[in-house]
Amino acid sequence: MSDWTLFEVFVRSKHGLNHKHVGSVHAADAAMAMENARELYTRRSEGVSIWVVPSAAITASSPDEKEPLFDPSDDKVYRHATFYELPKEVGHM
Amino acid sequence: MYAQLVDTGVKRLKTLEEMSPEERAFQEKIDAEIKIEPKNWMPDGYRRTLIRQISQHAHSEIVGMLPEKNWLTRAPNFKRKLQLLAKIQDEGGHGLYLYSAMETLGADRDEEVAKLHSGEVKYSSIFNYPALSWADMGTIGWLVDGAAIVNQVVLQRTSYGPYSRAMIRICKEESFHQRQGYQILLHMMRNGTDEQKAMVQDSINRFWWPALMMFGPHDSDSPNSAQSMAWKIKRMSNDDLRQRFIDQTIPQLELLGCTVPDPDLKWNAERGHYDFGEIDWSEFYDVVKGNGPCNRDRLRIRRKAIEEGTWVREAASAYAAKQKQKNAAA
Repeated sequence: MSDWTLFEVFVRSKHGLNHKHVGSVHAADAAMAMENARELYTRRSEGVSIWVVPSAAITASSPDEKEPLFDPSDDKVYRHATFYELPKEVGHM
Repeated sequence: MYAQLVDTGVKRLKTLEEMSPEERAFQEKIDAEIKIEPKNWMPDGYRRTLIRQISQHAHSEIVGMLPEKNWLTRAPNFKRKLQLLAKIQDEGGHGLYLYSAMETLGADRDEEVAKLHSGEVKYSSIFNYPALSWADMGTIGWLVDGAAIVNQVVLQRTSYGPYSRAMIRICKEESFHQRQGYQILLHMMRNGTDEQKAMVQDSINRFWWPALMMFGPHDSDSPNSAQSMAWKIKRMSNDDLRQRFIDQTIPQLELLGCTVPDPDLKWNAERGHYDFGEIDWSEFYDVVKGNGPCNRDRLRIRRKAIEEGTWVREAASAYAAKQKQKNAAA
């Protein structure tokens, strides 16, 4: 079975929410991946929609890139609403 | 515990000073409770130990379906049959979650399954005992799944991300198994004939000690525990897990109105725990070595399933290839 394609499985738990990664399945093709994903990851009404994506089609960031990718946003507190202090009279904004 | 006697290949723990800079950074991450993810650097021993533990855990789920399947066609009514079917399907699902987690470490599923079939790697000793009566379906759900839950709840905090996430999912599903098992027994004890009640007691008598063996040898006889604990692959020692299981289980046993075959079992107010008798370790090691009542049969059925399913897998591959060709032509 290892020679079959590995698919990553994403499930939308409720209408209006994002699809979320839940795991992976092996399958001979996408249709079979869908069936396997349904059996394996939604036995208890966990979802309303499934995506299956060949794992090889995913480009992932590498752990070594963590600093160059994500550190620059750490010192930009002014991108958060809470950075801007306003007088009480303004009320909720 | 579904993984017993997992070898780390390490005789003595390295101190932080003895470690390479990479190893030290890794250990510090573990100490800070930061999860390790598939693409992170990890020591070879950590990777190997995890593959061993997760594959053994996965194999246990898969082989664990076998003692129960016997009772699918013999369930007392349709409701019980559906419940048992759902439970067995869950076990298969749990095996698959775990195989997936194992594959993120670079292990090959087919190779690991082949190692199971050749006897090179083990599954939990508990599944080498037969399920002789319908009461065993109750006892397995209550005691065997119960012991597995005690172990798996702690493993939700294991240091390897994919393993920990699989455990969280499994624990959520597993509590249904334990409750359905206990309910089977409770129903027999409260509504059953004398013969049925005796059947429950007989079942508990047979499974009690093997269930306690699931947690593995005493801490003093677990040479691999120290490294597994330092890597936080394991989070609690065998003896502590076993004690926790016993403490949780005895009040449930009393509610059933049953006993366990251990004359030394009694509440120790001073310790705040139950004391219990010594496990027959020669039986444990004998079963682990392959000489339990059902070892040969379990492996024979696993091999047969793979062999007889070959044409199905081949047909699926052929169909997928044909569809691909068709789509390319269109």
